[in-house]
Amino acid sequence: MSVDVLKRVPIKEQDPKERAQNFEEVCLGYDEAEAMEEASRCLNCKNPKCVAGCPVSINIPAFIEKIKEGQHEAAYQILSESSTLPAVCGRVCPQESQCEGQCIRGIKGEPVSIGKLERFAADWAKANGVKPEPPKEKNGRKVAVIGSGPAGLTCAGDLAKYGYDVTIFEALHEAGGVLVYGIPEFRLPKDAVVKAEVENVRSLGVKIETDVVIGKSVTIDELLEKEGFEAIFIGSGAGLPRFMGIPGEQANGVFSANEFLTRNNLMKAFKGHDTPIKRGEKVVVVGGGNVAMDAARTALRLGAEVHVVYRRSEKERPARVEEVHHAKEEGIIFDLLQNPKEILVDENGWVKGIRIIKMELGEPDESGRRSPVEIPGSEYEIDCDTVIMSLGTSPNPLISSTTAGLDVNKRKCIIAKEATGATSKEAVFAGGDAVSGAATVILAMGAGKAAAKGIHEYLSAKA
Amino acid sequence: MFTIQRAENLADKIYLFEVKAPRVSAKCLPGQFVIVRTDEKGERSPLTICDYDREKETVTLVVQTVGASTERMKDLKSGDGFLDVVGPLGKPSELCEEENLEETKKKKIVFIAGGLGTAPVYPQVKWLHEHGVDADVIMGSRTKDLLFYIDEMKAVAKNVYVTTDDGSFGFHGMGTNQLQALYDEGIRYDHCVAIGPMIMMKFVCLLTKELQIPTIVSMNPIMVDGTGMCGACRLMVGDQVKFACVDGPEFDGHLVDFDGAMKRVQQYKTEEGRALLRQQEGDTHSGNCGNC
Repeated sequence: MSVDVLKRVPIKEQDPKERAQNFEEVCLGYDEAEAMEEASRCLNCKNPKCVAGCPVSINIPAFIEKIKEGQHEAAYQILSESSTLPAVCGRVCPQESQCEGQCIRGIKGEPVSIGKLERFAADWAKANGVKPEPPKEKNGRKVAVIGSGPAGLTCAGDLAKYGYDVTIFEALHEAGGVLVYGIPEFRLPKDAVVKAEVENVRSLGVKIETDVVIGKSVTIDELLEKEGFEAIFIGSGAGLPRFMGIPGEQANGVFSANEFLTRNNLMKAFKGHDTPIKRGEKVVVVGGGNVAMDAARTALRLGAEVHVVYRRSEKERPARVEEVHHAKEEGIIFDLLQNPKEILVDENGWVKGIRIIKMELGEPDESGRRSPVEIPGSEYEIDCDTVIMSLGTSPNPLISSTTAGLDVNKRKCIIAKEATGATSKEAVFAGGDAVSGAATVILAMGAGKAAAKGIHEYLSAKA
Repeated sequence: MFTIQRAENLADKIYLFEVKAPRVSAKCLPGQFVIVRTDEKGERSPLTICDYDREKETVTLVVQTVGASTERMKDLKSGDGFLDVVGPLGKPSELCEEENLEETKKKKIVFIAGGLGTAPVYPQVKWLHEHGVDADVIMGSRTKDLLFYIDEMKAVAKNVYVTTDDGSFGFHGMGTNQLQALYDEGIRYDHCVAIGPMIMMKFVCLLTKELQIPTIVSMNPIMVDGTGMCGACRLMVGDQVKFACVDGPEFDGHLVDFDGAMKRVQQYKTEEGRALLRQQEGDTHSGNCGNC
């Protein structure tokens, strides 16, 4: 056992060479002794900065204290007071820029592994059949939640805890949203983690109706007027994938990251289900976000050599440090400060390569990051058979275009108040990527939580 | 589970399923489609809505078995079910909008249905018929074994012209030849809707452009989620990228890049064939014989 309190208890991971060839989870988590030792590094600050850094304000020192004492069930109940999805957050939250980024331990040494401890408590609860505590009393008032991703699940879970009769409507055939179709198995196991978390939300009394596309199968107004819902939360997520608009983008072998990941994660192409996926021998992923990392590491596991082309430098890259580190370990090749100019297409319409131009950093742009500028004459070509575009998304129009009185901004995102989720339309609240554009799981959860409170306040005042 | 209330083998490899799907049935309009998943391993297959009965809360779907997932549908009987039926998806046909009815009534309309295209054409013609609008229908297939819904179509269309490429039934030739023949007889249409294989829609559009008949086509590219998330169904219409699932499936046929769309449909040909062979050959399928 380590005695250096400045250092974290190391976490076990699958060997990079081995995991590059399977879809099993990369991080293996702490065992009980490791978790308790890591928990003992927490200083239990009187003014815990970590809590302020958490978008759902988990009482972090309290749950860590319980782990330290070996009271893991109590730790889990503290977590589930604030978070509907602790097993998910413990795995995919960018802790380094949130709770752990604020940790006092981090000033001199390494911050407490808050995320890994959260994961430990949530996994322990599942292994020992512990469920979140169900609401004490129900008020019978109906609230609809659109989308079963992180925002929707959080909002629904919190509303159920307030006592509401909550129904989630999910467009796909499986609940979980991006947790199911987007984030791959090796980062977030579907059966062991996502399904279990969804079941926990159900155990609070939340109903989930899959295969319902709001705006098509039924509209927001119909839910309010005909189906007896008194309030609605829209957490419908991001939307249509963006493309670059360069020549060759319609060629066979060019996919959006959403398509590539959906085929693999939701439709389980890697398990030999019917939905096919183009494995690719040499794959170029364009983009620098977490989704780009997910697509690249998925393609690698399917057997491809993978390059990630990103137009800015390491410093500006939005992907989590841990994801990039894992990707490098597994053998992903990063081509930074480079940008595609054209996708080269063979006579049958298939990708045969990509023409890239090198970039340098110029003046800061509106995002505050130094903007990439092309270096004239620096173009070169990479042979490849697959290109995956991971450039973000623009909002799905299905709900906004079928709901009168629901205002959207110039990027077509739904306008909602940050503190309450309230939109321009009475009784309708919104949060997550549908409001912010593509962001993170935890920010969506924070928005879902705020909206649940907003809805509770709205309905309490109305009653 | 969405229960099948009626299952029929309409023609060679073409099956009809009337399925209980209350939410879809309550809202669907001609031109829209659903996504169906047969079972846990199945693909999300986009299927055309051929008919709907709001009282019985059913939709009638017509399927041509082309891959592993649809191949497994053919054994389903009344009382069985689909795991998932999602919809209605896509935009309804503009021709079948109440607010356009007065304009529509002034038009002389022809539908050209190729192969399975009869299924999505039927509810449009039926809707128009119920709203007092006449339409002619040219419905064709390669050969007579693939024809279906002739009587149903005759009950709702003004004139029905049946064609087969091989002359085994009706007019010997393709839909385009029939349209040209009608034109040569002096019949002038001022609106055309063509639905069928992409290659057929392409040639209809080449002809109707020449004959100056505005033409709507219904595109059937590869889809995965069908709700505007994955972008697999993108196609070029004019100089714009459009997503068939949310922007379509109907587009101005004279602007659609059919050659590009046809190439994209080829994308998974071999993978689909492999999945089908795996299913047919079961454990004996090694994937090493070179046939797949």
